[in-house]
Amino acid sequence: MSKKNPEYDFKWCPGCGDFGVKRAIEWAMEKRNIALEAPMQDTVVVAGIGCSGNLVHLLDGDQPFGIHGLHGRSLPVAFGVKGGNPDLNVIVVSGDGDFLSIGGEHIAPQAQRNLNVTAVVMDNGVYGLTKGQSSPTTIFGEITPSTPYGKIEQPLNPLEVYLSLGVNFVASGFSANPRKLADLINEAMSYDGFSIVHVQSPCTTYNDTFSALKGDVKKGISPVAWDVDDDYDPSDRQKAQQIIASGGIPLGVIYKNPDSVSLDARTREMAEKVKIGDLDQQLNAFSI
Amino acid sequence: MRNKDFIVRFAGEGGGGLVTSAELLAQVTAQVGYHVKTFVTFPSQIMGGPTFAQARISTDPVLSYGDELDVLVAFDREAYDTHQEEVRDGGVIVYNSGDFNLEEDGKSFGMPIDDLAKSTGNARAANMVLLGAISHLVNMPEHYLPEFVTKRFTRGRPGDEEIIKANIMALSLGREEAKKSGFSLGDLEDPNPPGVDQIMIKGNDALSIGAIAAGVELFVGYPISPATTILQYMERNLIGPGKFVYQASSEIESINAIVGGGYAGKRSMTSTAGPGFSLMSEGIGMAWMAEIPVVVVDVQRGGPATGLPTKVEQSDLLAAIHPAHGDVSLPVIAAGTVQECYEAAIIALNWAERYQGPVVLLSDHGLSEQVQNLPKFDIGKVIPERRKIYQGQNGYERYAGSELSPMPIPGGPGSYVANASEHDGMGDTTHLPSRHIEMTERRFSKLKLLEDDNYESENTESPVAVMTWGGSKGATREAFNALMSQGQSIGWYYTMQLNPLPPKLLEALRSKELVIVPELNYLGQFSSILRSKGVNAKSITQYNGKPFKVSDLINWITDLVKSHDEEFIKA
Repeated sequence: MSKKNPEYDFKWCPGCGDFGVKRAIEWAMEKRNIALEAPMQDTVVVAGIGCSGNLVHLLDGDQPFGIHGLHGRSLPVAFGVKGGNPDLNVIVVSGDGDFLSIGGEHIAPQAQRNLNVTAVVMDNGVYGLTKGQSSPTTIFGEITPSTPYGKIEQPLNPLEVYLSLGVNFVASGFSANPRKLADLINEAMSYDGFSIVHVQSPCTTYNDTFSALKGDVKKGISPVAWDVDDDYDPSDRQKAQQIIASGGIPLGVIYKNPDSVSLDARTREMAEKVKIGDLDQQLNAFSI
Repeated sequence: MRNKDFIVRFAGEGGGGLVTSAELLAQVTAQVGYHVKTFVTFPSQIMGGPTFAQARISTDPVLSYGDELDVLVAFDREAYDTHQEEVRDGGVIVYNSGDFNLEEDGKSFGMPIDDLAKSTGNARAANMVLLGAISHLVNMPEHYLPEFVTKRFTRGRPGDEEIIKANIMALSLGREEAKKSGFSLGDLEDPNPPGVDQIMIKGNDALSIGAIAAGVELFVGYPISPATTILQYMERNLIGPGKFVYQASSEIESINAIVGGGYAGKRSMTSTAGPGFSLMSEGIGMAWMAEIPVVVVDVQRGGPATGLPTKVEQSDLLAAIHPAHGDVSLPVIAAGTVQECYEAAIIALNWAERYQGPVVLLSDHGLSEQVQNLPKFDIGKVIPERRKIYQGQNGYERYAGSELSPMPIPGGPGSYVANASEHDGMGDTTHLPSRHIEMTERRFSKLKLLEDDNYESENTESPVAVMTWGGSKGATREAFNALMSQGQSIGWYYTMQLNPLPPKLLEALRSKELVIVPELNYLGQFSSILRSKGVNAKSITQYNGKPFKVSDLINWITDLVKSHDEEFIKA
């Protein structure tokens, strides 16, 4: 939807982090298309269900193809799209509930396959569309409509999860800096393998973590989010573990396996090696 | 009188070569021109557990597995106790006297199967000992088996000759034992070789070949009995440029992946059984909603939940038509024979492309593993249909209008959002009442494109008819033939296309006083559908995990016809 569609009545709340993510994805897609001299129709955005998933309807400019599917199933759909046509640039847009709770089972298989798609996860630490319930990344003790006496689960650390599941490219971004986020997404899309860009994208209505993430000098709040050093080497898995464990939310490319071989490459290689008889030959194997 | 037909069952612990024995018997007899059909049932475990495999050999094409056994081979006492009642009067039981012994009873004889095999120098020749014995019992010409063995094991490998020698020795040892027993089942009629190139194939392989003939390009599946062999066939053969096959991490992943594949322009398919089908329901709903062609094969097994993984039942029909929440009515093709497994796969893929949506293909455990001789499939005759693809400019409203419209493919023009939420022409989410009405009607209107009038009908003047569906076709047809030859007048109707039903067929059924529907489920699922469409249908149901017996069907159909006639006289 490149211009306003009066029938489409969904709106992100004013100040929603997802606006920044949308801008970053638009820029990253354009950059990528220029680099590859590819038309926008070669890009498919696969969205899950949640505030984040609506991004696919809100993109400005040249329109990519899109799928707005089921809650939690964006990765399997992307797997099929990419399997069907490996030449497409496939981007998953998802949220913390969609990707890490109901869809959590789908991360590991894509990591093991090294599916060549980029997932952009908008983490606001809350279920926004259903009005404020606790999500996997909601902090311990938080009072929400579904945890009225305080959340009694430890929050999940997404970066730690991705790394331990074997995701080959893990980046961490913040919606408040869309230029930098666009660069992270672009680097993820250029990576030949499974890449996740996990984005802090605060919900201004139910869980406004904006000042906590950014810090507030006036109020004496030190920022939770911090940029990794320029000389940080993301190819070292152990360093990535350390940086994730060191507290707060590191921003930047956290891990990038330099020895990645994508699923596309593996299936191509197999197809070249294996010789299959045509259907008539297959049928003859059953001859009496 | 010479026999036209005989049935041999091999029963014992799974993994003991039972299935191989039945399939070898089928192969050797098919090679000389008999018609054959096997049936296999086993517990859901890797090895062991009570299993049986049987082969029916006939001079005519075989319709059903057969009711009563001519020969039972019992490898152990439990197998003997379980199956001996199914041996016909005058039939023979061959038991493994290496395992147990029976009193002389005039119908059984023991054979130390394993010791005899060992004495040939090839302990794995037990199958051959048995085949030798059976060949004597049915008076099969003596040269068939040695010729078959020689051909089968001449593979150009070092040890071929020894194996052939041991196997031929095993055949004659078995033959001698059977001769000594004094039993004989009478002469077997000479075969009528069909005179065309033939194959021996099981339902799941036939289905896979049909799918490949119809141009399937993308397959994602998850192992589940009894559908697994379809996944395996695809994993072996759906390789090459433009093709993609993968074992998924769950059925939820399978269905969503094939929706992605269908969206990307590929003819996409998965196969599963009941439990996996249940997991797929939301994804099937998405394919219906977003208008994406996919084929879901459900090889039915028994019961709800985990149920009976390796038994026969036809209880997924209602779920196949209404697999998902909300207003959906899925096109359903049900295969009734091994040949139809091949044909149904072609129709299913073509239907999905034609109406741009999900199609369910129903098979069942019985069909999946049964091996049958058939004329070689004429794959050159298959005409794969292709969806209408949008070729115009960008800015296209993919879902505009009240009927089927061309579908854009990523990489080509006409980008849109394939939306599982209710949507407008562009695919953007909407809640407008008028739009929901329009889109709901649009989705249902496409079913009209599938109202092919392909069905069987015979004896259409009769006011009473039988109409079965799916894998009960063979037994019902055999019962129908028997009833007709007894002088009863009953109509025969049959179609693979259970939803939408061929309109002319429905019209014919509505004109009947009574339509009798044999089906393997408790609810009488197909007859309830027919009744909802104004047909006076009554089910004959069975839900013991086994296929129908022809003799039971003959009795039950006769009873229903009789009581219907009585009602008519009273009225």
